[in-house]
Amino acid sequence: MIVHETALEAVADTPDGATVLIGGFGPAGEPVELIEALLDSGAKGLTVVSNNAGSGETGIAALIREDRVAKVVCSYPRQADSRHFDDAYRAGRVELDLVPQGNLAERIRAGGAGIGAFFTPTGYGTMLAEGKETRVIGGKGYVLEYPITGDVALVKAHRADARGNLVYRKTGRNFGPVMAAAATTTVVQVEEFGDIDPEHVVTPCIYVNRIVHIGRAA
Amino acid sequence: MIDRQGLAKLVAADIPAGAFVNLGIGLPTEVADHLAPDSGVVLHTENGMLGMGPQARGGDVDRDLINAGKVPVTELPGASYFHHADSFAMMRGGHLDVCVLGAYQVSARGDLANWHSGAPDAIPAVGGAMDLAVGAKQVFVMMNLLTRDGKPKLLPECTYPLTGLRCVTRVYTDLATFLITGGGVVVRDLHGIEFTDLQNLLDVPLEQELS
Repeated sequence: MIVHETALEAVADTPDGATVLIGGFGPAGEPVELIEALLDSGAKGLTVVSNNAGSGETGIAALIREDRVAKVVCSYPRQADSRHFDDAYRAGRVELDLVPQGNLAERIRAGGAGIGAFFTPTGYGTMLAEGKETRVIGGKGYVLEYPITGDVALVKAHRADARGNLVYRKTGRNFGPVMAAAATTTVVQVEEFGDIDPEHVVTPCIYVNRIVHIGRAA
Repeated sequence: MIDRQGLAKLVAADIPAGAFVNLGIGLPTEVADHLAPDSGVVLHTENGMLGMGPQARGGDVDRDLINAGKVPVTELPGASYFHHADSFAMMRGGHLDVCVLGAYQVSARGDLANWHSGAPDAIPAVGGAMDLAVGAKQVFVMMNLLTRDGKPKLLPECTYPLTGLRCVTRVYTDLATFLITGGGVVVRDLHGIEFTDLQNLLDVPLEQELS
């Protein structure tokens, strides 16, 4: 685990065309500074995997506005203020892979856990399962879903210890733990450094490659 | 006919004490306001929390503590946090007793359509709707029985894209409460309408619950 001085330094080597897993559910757990650094890095043609597709002018919305995103894999792109995604999608500048939220989380979990694929009941018989392999198990319908991995994960945590073990804050945890495990390079922004009781570690340091201290937004 | 608050009150009264419950975005969220303080009902929010409290106001607002509708909320004693895969495993694994959802349409078999209007230019967004539909032990739907232009939303077959198959167990509407059973649609309560008038509104054959 390497501690970087700046967010830009931590994401500067993200290649064009990379798959980037981005944590956060709405504002909670959104690694805003890391996303902005990714924008500054100039990487383009990105596949972004995240629950949402950005709102307002910051974060994923800014990446889309600046034409850095080729594809979004998410569960809920439509938000009150998601006009940059809406415009790019309608203009055909960004591809959308819509995934039910639990399937998204489980596919990322599977990616980090070395699972080849899994059968899930979610989506069975719906248009989001069209073209997918299905099976009836014990009288119930299931859809075969494949894992998702990333080249890079951008995650926000509350605290890291000197090893890189992490804890999160409240609903800011959301996708962080599964994304941290599912990427080749996991970059974490933390609000503080400090000791963590080993019994309380949420993401063990083995999943963490780079850390930047950003502090806590006012 | 009962109003939104009346409907929320009716659903709240049917949630068993001590149940683990997920309330969907919109009208279902209002059910929380009508749960008895001593009911021991534990609210789940799919973005990773059990023991969710009421909406946060003023100084209690914390950007790290929001519900599935991204509204700031509070935590109650005994609350817990967990990541998204655990949260949906909890749901999919059948550990939630009840989830309450809104709907565009419900079929007589309990198929649910609540995520996509079917309009060709709509940007699709599904969120956790499909996971909720298949996961909870009981799926309650709250909706008006008719659309604004008077078309029934309880139908022999849904015409909108489906969220889940045979998943709805009860439908609470402004005009009546329906039980979706293996044997058909049973009217449990009438809200100021005669049974025959209700039947005339719908193409679904109705039975009246014997009481």
